Amino acid sequence: MIEHRPGLRIFCHVMLALGVATLAFPLWIAFVGSTHTAERMLAVPLPLLPGGHLLDNYRTVLVHGVEGASTAPVGRMLFNSLVVALCISIGKISISLLSAFAIVYFRFPLRMFFFWLIFITLMLPVEVRIFPTYKVVSELHMIDTYPGLVLPLIASATATFLFRQFFLTIPDELTEASRMDGAGPMRFFVDVVVPLSRTNMAALFVILFIYGWNQYLWPLLVTTQENMYTAVIGIKRMIPGGDASVDWNLVMSAAMLAMLPPALVVLLMQKWFVKGLVETEK
Amino acid sequence: MPGKDAAKARPQAGEKRVRFPPGWLPYALVAPQLAITLVFFIWPASQALWQSLLIQDAFGIHVQFAGLTNFRELFADPLYRESFKVTAVFSLLMTSSALVISLLLAACCDYIVRGARAYETLLIWPYAVAPAIAAVLWSFVFNPSIGLLTYAMHRWFGYEWNHLLNPGQAMALIVIASAWKQISYNFLFFLAGMQAIPKSLLEGAAIDGAGPIRRFATIIFPLLSPTTFFLLVVNIVQAFFETFGVVDASTKGGPVRATEILVYKVYHDGFEAGDLGGSAAQSVVLMAIVMALTVVQFRYIERRVQYA
Repeated sequence: MIEHRPGLRIFCHVMLALGVATLAFPLWIAFVGSTHTAERMLAVPLPLLPGGHLLDNYRTVLVHGVEGASTAPVGRMLFNSLVVALCISIGKISISLLSAFAIVYFRFPLRMFFFWLIFITLMLPVEVRIFPTYKVVSELHMIDTYPGLVLPLIASATATFLFRQFFLTIPDELTEASRMDGAGPMRFFVDVVVPLSRTNMAALFVILFIYGWNQYLWPLLVTTQENMYTAVIGIKRMIPGGDASVDWNLVMSAAMLAMLPPALVVLLMQKWFVKGLVETEK
Repeated sequence: MPGKDAAKARPQAGEKRVRFPPGWLPYALVAPQLAITLVFFIWPASQALWQSLLIQDAFGIHVQFAGLTNFRELFADPLYRESFKVTAVFSLLMTSSALVISLLLAACCDYIVRGARAYETLLIWPYAVAPAIAAVLWSFVFNPSIGLLTYAMHRWFGYEWNHLLNPGQAMALIVIASAWKQISYNFLFFLAGMQAIPKSLLEGAAIDGAGPIRRFATIIFPLLSPTTFFLLVVNIVQAFFETFGVVDASTKGGPVRATEILVYKVYHDGFEAGDLGGSAAQSVVLMAIVMALTVVQFRYIERRVQYA
């Protein structure tokens, strides 16, 4: 760096270490909690170091679920979360890619009208239209189905903008060249546009996968059967009002399992994640 | 940086020189997005608008047009005004703590250079945790009967923690759980913003005798102001909407409505209390808030493009 100031450097490292420790603290406690027996979790003070029941707890949760809270096995919920997260991320990317292509590469009546319709969805998060959307989904008999969980979340103004922005930077020469070669619009889309968009798709995928996996309000409304719960909903349902009968070791095991997939996606695709985050939010 | 892309796109003003002949194809391409937008976004939102103007009797048989009555009642309702206040207090606490802490961490990370990447990895993972799970983790740590921090506070400071009974502590809990998640997001943006500042500027200032603190105050922080403003808006949006999971999984709006933020109240009044007109009117108010925030955000991006 610019000058030599060991004092300040040490201060920075201490602050960062404190930050890392504070962020990791609840995760560590949850992890430790997931490695003890239910009895140990009732004795105050709780342990600070892991115990030897990690495999027991995780197996119980994955296969049987949490007794007493009458919920489905967490394995099933993780599967639901995976289906929902994949469908949401892939669905959003596909329909946004197609509509951005139409809006950039064609001039047709109503083009700007469609563009504004899509734009408006930016201002309508699930939270502000919960009740009527719920009604629509129940009238379409999509309660407790994957389409019901996925479709209402799948329109994406942000992704459409991102792709539109990117398509505008694709040189016109490429389009001219492929038109001269006699390629139609779909051929151009498949052979040129999609391969060029790969980076953007990867970055978006990371963000949208996490978005889909972590959905809360919507799955809470449209799932009534336990075998349709997503992992996040399932964990919340394991904790009834009072805290007397909670098997905290199992709840924490389930929480660890539910956090793992999105955390892995972020850590393994860190580069895409940072790119996706900085680019989608504009 | 986002601004650069937008600036690049600008001369073309959203128009391509070379296009394909129109026909039915572009309609087919926008059809899926459009269908979903109409069925699940536009139609429900207009329903909410329409319902907010109707009044239903207690048995749900008789419906009548009521103009702005629902809104008048809503703003006359002390509980709703209270919920507004709770949301404002919560947003203020959550946004300010998340911004200050992440700015400090980013400044440290930017200063040390070596090892910055490792710290980045260790600081960004909470972004991947669902708000509801963040709430479950923190309510476990603060659990009134077995929580470790509850125990430690009692043991060392004689401080009693019970967020199920104490309104202030309940608010503190949801602020901590939400800020915890938000810090990683803000950190990434602050760090990216700092790394985009030309090193020559900082070196020049150092040669003129400006120490690190002074450089931060007179160069880094002012140059970061677009990022800070952007994050401010995003954090407020987060505080208004994403917090539903945090509240529902920890305090459920209690005790005595101390954490009943607006989004939670819409859900509660609509689904549990069955007050459709009132809930719809609340949805419309929320819609207006999102629109205002979106407009602010977009105007700011326009400005940044011009300055870029």
